[in-house]
Amino acid sequence: MVDKKSIGVVKTQFFDFDGLTLESKEKLGPVTIAYETYGELNPNNSNAVLLLHALSGDAHAAGFHEGEDKPGWWDDLVGPGKAFDTQKYFVICSNILGGCKGSTGPSSIDPATGKPYALDFPSITIGDMVNAQLKLIDHLGIKKLLAVAGGSMGGMQALEWLAKHNERIQSAIVIATALRHSPQQIAFDEVGRQAVMADPNWKSGRYYEGPLPSRGLTVARMIGHITYMSDTSMAEKFGRQRKNGIEPFKFTADFEVEGYLRYRGDSFVKRFDANSYLYITKAMDNFDASGGKNFHEVLKGVRAKVLVIAFKSDWLYPSYQSKEIVKACKLAGVDATYCEVNSTYGHDAFLLETQQETHLITHYLKKVSSK
Amino acid sequence: MNTRIDHRIISGIIEPGSSVLDLGCGNGDLLELLTKEKNVRAQGIEIDEQAIYQCVAKGLSVFHGDIDSGLSEYADRSFDYVILNQSLQQVRHVESVLKDALRVGKKVIIGLPNFAYCKARFQLFFGGRVPVTPSLPYSWYDTPNLHFLSLSDFLYYCRERGIKIEKAVYTQGKKRSGLFPNFFAELGIFVIK
Repeated sequence: MVDKKSIGVVKTQFFDFDGLTLESKEKLGPVTIAYETYGELNPNNSNAVLLLHALSGDAHAAGFHEGEDKPGWWDDLVGPGKAFDTQKYFVICSNILGGCKGSTGPSSIDPATGKPYALDFPSITIGDMVNAQLKLIDHLGIKKLLAVAGGSMGGMQALEWLAKHNERIQSAIVIATALRHSPQQIAFDEVGRQAVMADPNWKSGRYYEGPLPSRGLTVARMIGHITYMSDTSMAEKFGRQRKNGIEPFKFTADFEVEGYLRYRGDSFVKRFDANSYLYITKAMDNFDASGGKNFHEVLKGVRAKVLVIAFKSDWLYPSYQSKEIVKACKLAGVDATYCEVNSTYGHDAFLLETQQETHLITHYLKKVSSK
Repeated sequence: MNTRIDHRIISGIIEPGSSVLDLGCGNGDLLELLTKEKNVRAQGIEIDEQAIYQCVAKGLSVFHGDIDSGLSEYADRSFDYVILNQSLQQVRHVESVLKDALRVGKKVIIGLPNFAYCKARFQLFFGGRVPVTPSLPYSWYDTPNLHFLSLSDFLYYCRERGIKIEKAVYTQGKKRSGLFPNFFAELGIFVIK
């Protein structure tokens, strides 16, 4: 069946540049950024929207890659007639710096050694990811983005744009995220990292020529998925169902939920690099949008508009964290809108509550682009 | 076209180009009117999620949350006007909300349904039942109103607390009402500071 609302077949493109100075003052180069674009840039370059992906996302936000039947990660929201309407907007999504889906990261070849960087890859920050995106935007000839938009770690990048490069954006759509990680969020990330590093195949990150640290990364991903769901959504999805009526046996995955977590873990290992996982989660833990100040001081004089969306059952990024962003907007006099969507999906809601998000984002972009 | 009498009256009060915070803005009809007619910088706060979606569809900037906690976060004199149109009787802590509204807004506009409206008095006196009127349309079991007050109650309260009433407008049905407002008016709209 041909979906009229799908953008259709898309291709990842690559932008190479000499390099950039990281926030740590270290230099990294050359750098490649993988990106995709959908829709057309209008004559005065004013309809560009940059999508910012979460921890495990990539540049492939919408449409289908040749020969594949699984669409991009935000396909429900990106396409003709959808929230990010590709008939109106020029939509860009790039893989983050430090990632493993085409952009330069720890699995890329270090020009100094001719081997993958592994742990020789410098520490990166959310700010570095955004600086790489800035290079891409410059390369595409866009002075001012109509909007930057993302959930979870994508929301952190949107906050970074707002804090440091607000003169380059007209609006930021900030979904299910936080100004900084709480100890609980750092704790879950650390357990994931420890699981990767405890895998004997990890070998201090130098595993690229041998077996991969798959068990460790699987466990990390399983923990992640627990935090992305809610008690209610797990009960609704799995209950205490046992798989295919099999009789329980010692430690096999006989509950549906166990099978699901193993499946998600296993499929993640096939598409994600363990070292990238370590670097990216650390970048999230280190992030602080306010840079040690009060965020409302950072926002003083910002003219970009902000849309903040949270989800009621999200306990990984609880709504109080979104309200902190909103409070800073209030104190700084920044034009902002906030909605807490009544969802049972937990943190995953930002990928699943498409109806509400579509309504909010469609009207919001209309408002922002009319000014 | 918005023809609600209370909205028309409030729009008549507000200076063009001012900044407005509407507490309990509902579906955003009033803020939309003020944006169109008075070119105000509008911000709403509303607890109902569906109403938030309607506000966003109107292009309004709104915060999803309750009035009690949403107001205290603002700096002093952040807005030219803070509006509580038929929402003050629904907040839990009236006194702190009023205090904060007077701190955050240079002026505060309060719209109140009159519990001592003549028809309400008749219903209570002769029928012996809690009144249901156009401005107080709810039954006892489904009312969002937490406080029941007459226009006189509000005037006494303001006098007691030293709150200055700059302007008072009263309505009955779709018209303004004049004499003996606490008896003949369904709604009172007050500008206080």
